[in-house]
Amino acid sequence: MNRSGLIICLAIAAVVFPGLTALAQEVAVAGAYAPAPKLTTADYPTIAGVNSRIAVWIFAQLHLWFAAFVLAVPIFVFIIEVIGMRTRDKRYDDMAYEFIKVAITAYSLTAILGGMLLFSLILFYPHLFNYLATIFTESMFYYAVLFFVESAALYIYYYGWHWLQGGFKKWVHLTLGLILNAAGTTLMLLANAWLTFMMSPAGVDGAGVFSGDAWAAIHNFLWNPINIHRFVANIAYGGSIVGAYAAFKFLTANGPSERAHYDWMGYNANFIAICALLPLPFAGYYLAAEIYTYSQQLGITLMGGIFAWLFIIQAVLIGTLFLSANYYLWCGMGRSDGAKRYTKYIKYIAVVLVGAFLVWFTPHTLVLTNEELKALGGPHHKILGPLGIMPAKNTAVNVMILFTALSFMFYRRANKIATVGWVNAGNAIQVALFTAGIANILFLGIYHGYFTNTVYKVAASIPQVLTTVIVIVGSITLDSFIYRGSREVAPLHWGRIPARAQYALFLLAVSFTWLMGLMGYIRSGIRQHWHVVDIMRDASADAFTPTLGYAANVVSVAAILFMAMVIFVFWIAQVSGNKTLPAGYWKEQPP
Amino acid sequence: MKIPRLLQAVLVLAGVYFGFVLVFDVILDAVIPSSLLAMYMFFATAGVFMVFTYDEEQTRELVAPIKALVEDPSKRPWRNIVFAILPLAAGAGTYVQMQPSLEAPLELRTIHPAPPSTAKIYGKRVNLLKLENPFRKIEKEDPDRFRELVGEGAAVYIRNCQFCHGDKLDGRGPYADALNPTPLNFQDVGTIAQLQESYLFWRITTGGPGLPKEAAPWISSMPVWQDFLKEDEVWKVILFLYDYTGHRPRSWEHE
Repeated sequence: MNRSGLIICLAIAAVVFPGLTALAQEVAVAGAYAPAPKLTTADYPTIAGVNSRIAVWIFAQLHLWFAAFVLAVPIFVFIIEVIGMRTRDKRYDDMAYEFIKVAITAYSLTAILGGMLLFSLILFYPHLFNYLATIFTESMFYYAVLFFVESAALYIYYYGWHWLQGGFKKWVHLTLGLILNAAGTTLMLLANAWLTFMMSPAGVDGAGVFSGDAWAAIHNFLWNPINIHRFVANIAYGGSIVGAYAAFKFLTANGPSERAHYDWMGYNANFIAICALLPLPFAGYYLAAEIYTYSQQLGITLMGGIFAWLFIIQAVLIGTLFLSANYYLWCGMGRSDGAKRYTKYIKYIAVVLVGAFLVWFTPHTLVLTNEELKALGGPHHKILGPLGIMPAKNTAVNVMILFTALSFMFYRRANKIATVGWVNAGNAIQVALFTAGIANILFLGIYHGYFTNTVYKVAASIPQVLTTVIVIVGSITLDSFIYRGSREVAPLHWGRIPARAQYALFLLAVSFTWLMGLMGYIRSGIRQHWHVVDIMRDASADAFTPTLGYAANVVSVAAILFMAMVIFVFWIAQVSGNKTLPAGYWKEQPP
Repeated sequence: MKIPRLLQAVLVLAGVYFGFVLVFDVILDAVIPSSLLAMYMFFATAGVFMVFTYDEEQTRELVAPIKALVEDPSKRPWRNIVFAILPLAAGAGTYVQMQPSLEAPLELRTIHPAPPSTAKIYGKRVNLLKLENPFRKIEKEDPDRFRELVGEGAAVYIRNCQFCHGDKLDGRGPYADALNPTPLNFQDVGTIAQLQESYLFWRITTGGPGLPKEAAPWISSMPVWQDFLKEDEVWKVILFLYDYTGHRPRSWEHE
């Protein structure tokens, strides 16, 4: 946008936000942008003894968790609604409505926490906010406008659910869902631009003077990697929180039909979470590789430096996600009378999953006692050392993903009997596909990971991912042909699942929450003493990088606060359905 | 005779534990760190729990002995014994863990600290994000000259670096045992193979004192080699490090 366009835009914005008038005048009069301010400790207000970093940290984190949830839920509600429309199975429509009902309370909390974050930024970091607002004036304005659009679309989508049913009305409703999702996703993209600008600034010179090219600042080096990672992660996260809701409702259900309904809902939520979880490690790896490409300083700080140990915790939590998602599927096989044919394979899947998981979290820097250090002759471990770097991790996670897909395929098959004549040949092709895929993943990981340079090492992750995708898509497609016209062993017994499977769903949601908090801290923390890397230095008293324990404690406290709020959201969604009819309280009205 | 499922689970876990010890400590002669073994066993236990409890019937079988121990009146003597032993064992374990030891405290050493984006080296400000080895392009342009440069780098290395980093570049030089942390092993795929040449240049030329303040407290006895070696010599040593170990420097371009 040119300068006159910017001024017009700011002028329009000023009608809505009078505070921007001064800025619009300033830009018009000055004709140039100022460099990033060089701050001192005195530039950071101290208010009521509040620790400004912790305040902003916790508000940002809580806002992000809720935002991720309310962004994701409408996405899969939209998809479920489409499935309901296509299949004309009302259960899908009811489930989609119940999902959006949970999101609607969370939406208010998202807005409140977003407001708290904005106020705390303006109050505690006024110069930083002012600098960012100067660069992102337009996008902040559009953000506010889009927020209204999203709110309007959400409320009509939710409150009009039962009104906009059938025929053309249903299409109108679906269109509203599409508008809601488009607005929500665009909001996320805009916010992502602001935070990635702080990591990989663009559109400014070395002193931080803005060139006036807003698109350059938005389309900075790390914008798209973050966009992809967050979009996929949000869907997985939304699935896990809704899964926890279904688990909560299952455990408090009053009868078998209610239990069956929430079991079905939990299964679908877990399915959504797993579908998004499978590509998530690749999106994360792409982001980390891009961070390293942008700056070896940021890259090493991230994975080889002070944050490396948080990455081990991250690995443990991601492994926990895979284990709990698989455990839920295995427990779910109890719904089927035909599952016994496949349960004998579960122990082998478990061995591979746990084995890959151990490789996945083996740290590069081992914690050694002095005795172990002496026995090894130094900190290097000839067997475990090579497992500490990314090729081993990528190989392990691809194997974990393949075996999770295998668990899912067994689950799908459990209640079916194939009737096609070529079932044995089909199975043999699937076994061959998995075997060749795993061999290829191992070859790519070992050969390119350890015997070629880093360009090929990083690049090898792409054919590894493609192999995994081909094996999964190929096997599931083949499965759909093998089981075309299949017989059911018996109707599925929804609700016939142990309570501990519901705790696996809780574990999934809690692990996701904690994981997002930790990784969010790392992403932000790698800027270290910079507000905007290499452009605007953080001169506040909190410019130091906190110890890992301290950071983990802050994230844990935030996670507990979030969980408490989520329980409130679950409870309030339940309360709206409760009715009390107090005898004799209301005056009798004449007929 | 059918082995009770609880005993099966315990036997599997014992097998996993002793399997790790046997493979690492005995067969491979590379002791498995106790901290890592504890993490491995935690998740192996989780895996065993998952396999033994996904099915209702099998779960009932698994917990039956525990249930009987707690609820069956005929098992009262055993219950009393177990209930006495468990807290005592927990107390003993806690006592052993908390007992002061003469062992030096553990130290978590991160393999490589993050470099600054710029650094003052040989009197000039260098952008480490863009810095490249000036001799690297000769590798393709003039392979014979490149071999000479590698040889010159080797001579510099043997005269100055091998005392700590070893003549096989494995971190086991004659002085290595006197240093804590021990010098870096360049043969390890997790060290120079993961780094750009500009990183090595920064680390060699600025040594321990050049480590970033924000990453303090770093400990490193690496000398400030820009005080002893010429710039060209450092770049040649870097060529030698990669050439001898067979690793390639981290880069973003295909060769």
